[in-house]
Amino acid sequence: MTTANNKKNRIALTGGAAAAEALRQIEPEVMAVYPITPQTPIIETYAKFQADGEVETEIIQVESEHSAISASVGASAAGARTVTATSSQGLALMNEILYIASGLRLPILMLVSARALSAPINIHGEHGDVMDARDAGWIQIFSENAQEVYDNTIIGMKLAEKAGLPVMVIMDGFSTSHSVENLEILEKDVVKKFVGEYRPEQYLLKIDDPVTFGPLALQNSYFEFRVDQEKAMKDSKEEYLKIAKDFEALSGREKNYFESYKLDDADQAVIITGTAAGTAKDVVDKMRKNGEKVGLLKINLFRPFPREEIVGALKNVKNIAVMERAISLGTYSPFYADIASGLHQEEKNIPMQQYIYGLGGRDIFAKDIEKVFEDLAENKISKEIKYIGTNK
Amino acid sequence: MNEELAKNFAPGHSACAGCAFPAIIRAVLGESQDPVVVANATGCMEVTSTLYPYTAWKTPYIHNAFENASATMSGVERAYKIFQKKGKIDKKIKFVVFGGDGGTYDIGLQSLSGALERGHNFLYVLYDNEAYMNTGNQRSSATPYGANTETTPVGKKSFGKDQKRKDLMAIVAAHHVKYAAQANVAYLADLKRKAKKALETEGPTFLNVFSPCTNNWKFPTSQYVRLARTATETNYWPLFEIEDGNYKINMTIENPKPIEEFLKGQGRFKHLFSEKNKHVIEEMQKITNENWERLVRLSK
Repeated sequence: MTTANNKKNRIALTGGAAAAEALRQIEPEVMAVYPITPQTPIIETYAKFQADGEVETEIIQVESEHSAISASVGASAAGARTVTATSSQGLALMNEILYIASGLRLPILMLVSARALSAPINIHGEHGDVMDARDAGWIQIFSENAQEVYDNTIIGMKLAEKAGLPVMVIMDGFSTSHSVENLEILEKDVVKKFVGEYRPEQYLLKIDDPVTFGPLALQNSYFEFRVDQEKAMKDSKEEYLKIAKDFEALSGREKNYFESYKLDDADQAVIITGTAAGTAKDVVDKMRKNGEKVGLLKINLFRPFPREEIVGALKNVKNIAVMERAISLGTYSPFYADIASGLHQEEKNIPMQQYIYGLGGRDIFAKDIEKVFEDLAENKISKEIKYIGTNK
Repeated sequence: MNEELAKNFAPGHSACAGCAFPAIIRAVLGESQDPVVVANATGCMEVTSTLYPYTAWKTPYIHNAFENASATMSGVERAYKIFQKKGKIDKKIKFVVFGGDGGTYDIGLQSLSGALERGHNFLYVLYDNEAYMNTGNQRSSATPYGANTETTPVGKKSFGKDQKRKDLMAIVAAHHVKYAAQANVAYLADLKRKAKKALETEGPTFLNVFSPCTNNWKFPTSQYVRLARTATETNYWPLFEIEDGNYKINMTIENPKPIEEFLKGQGRFKHLFSEKNKHVIEEMQKITNENWERLVRLSK
């Protein structure tokens, strides 16, 4: 579906540059940032836009990620459209304030180039950092490639402000953040119009209507704050879909909670997200040509988790492989746990195998995913977590 | 309560009787001719002034966390700047951070340093009660040598804290801010003058205000002003300012009282008045003299 009157441009960019390009078009008012690999290209590219006078943004070059998110909280509470970006250790350092940003209901947009956490130190792609932040009250949207990074940045900014919650737009470190891909971008005025003006009801700089942000709430009120926050999180799911569908109409690119790829009549399904989903789709295509009934579900919106919709899409498959680029030490990884609880609620007893791949930037190949489908076809399902491409 | 006095900070907060910071807040904010936005680090001030659903603040106010009040204000101040550029706001607004010594000397030092270096237009007011009072009197790097705290307890082998206070004013001055001053709640006219000067100065400014804690220094609630005054009269807490790098002593005490005059009457120093701890008082006098002499040298 393409809307003829929206002029589109094709351009080759890395994922990081695609995020910066979307931000150039959005033109946030405040951006508080601190360098970390593999996020840095986003803020470097944006700093150049600023240096060339292409954008009017107050960029605060803070002295740590903790201060990046803290200054973002200040700017957003002050009433400004606010953006930040980070990776890995930086996101972990922000952790304390992630909860404050969401608890204060501040619509901050954060770009994350997802990367492994120390120790041992490793700068490469993985989802361990963003999974660590999954209960922090931030909406989390995964991106497969540079195009989706661009799209999700625009969707994410609007969603944050409509839902009154902070949003993380996630790309895989290096494999997406540093890989050049072709993508289509919209015109700046089209993006600006789509995102709209940010008009908060209450903010610090509304000087004649003073408000206290961040009060002390004790046993008689704290609980209700948290329950209200959960309601806002739940409600943001519908808001996401609405904005995603509006963006679909604008861009001609299909958007949804997740992407069902040849899943309708599939016997075997793989659940995956991020860069590896692209490889997995190639595998599905190849195996489909051989007559194998395989399909894929790629998660886009992870928090709030579209549990019922995902389970609905999986209801007819014979078995499932959940492939995750994160490890939850001591238990199953987040997708597996969330999907298992959804299947249980719907009384669906579909055998499901947990796979972990790609930690610390370990490559995954088409043959690895093919093997996953083959194992599923033979119903090789166990309670043990299987690690792809390790020496162990 | 006097309406003018309560125009920024209302009565009805739950700070202890005899707590110094309500007077500090009112004295500082009262000097602003423009509307003020306040950021506050976690601490006594924050918990006693913002108990939901009430607030004592009649100014816009934000509490984020313990260690990040300066970074938080950096964001607020830059939001203001872009609003001005875009014509979204035309009023002049002042930005004031309040933090205790824990949130400033210790956990918030990096955030403060970053904000001072970046040159945000704000006033940082440190109310220094020389330990973590909100959590019940644990030592901070502002706690004086010899003080009995819950984490430097006096015992058979301990006389209390055995390290000196951090020289935070020198650290702030090293950022080459245009104006920084040390003040004392007992000298309100001096504090107000300094607040006015700080608020009228472009760029980051800093006030370190002596703020006795009746609860954990253990003295009667009626005595906080007298006790604070003694701190200056003994040269323990001199009043001075640093303007464009130049130190200036604001009050020279003709015959400074011995340090015992400041120590006595405070439960946190009670143990020092015994024969075996005589050397601690001597050391405290020595530290006080050395600090004063350094200040005199710097002021020349």
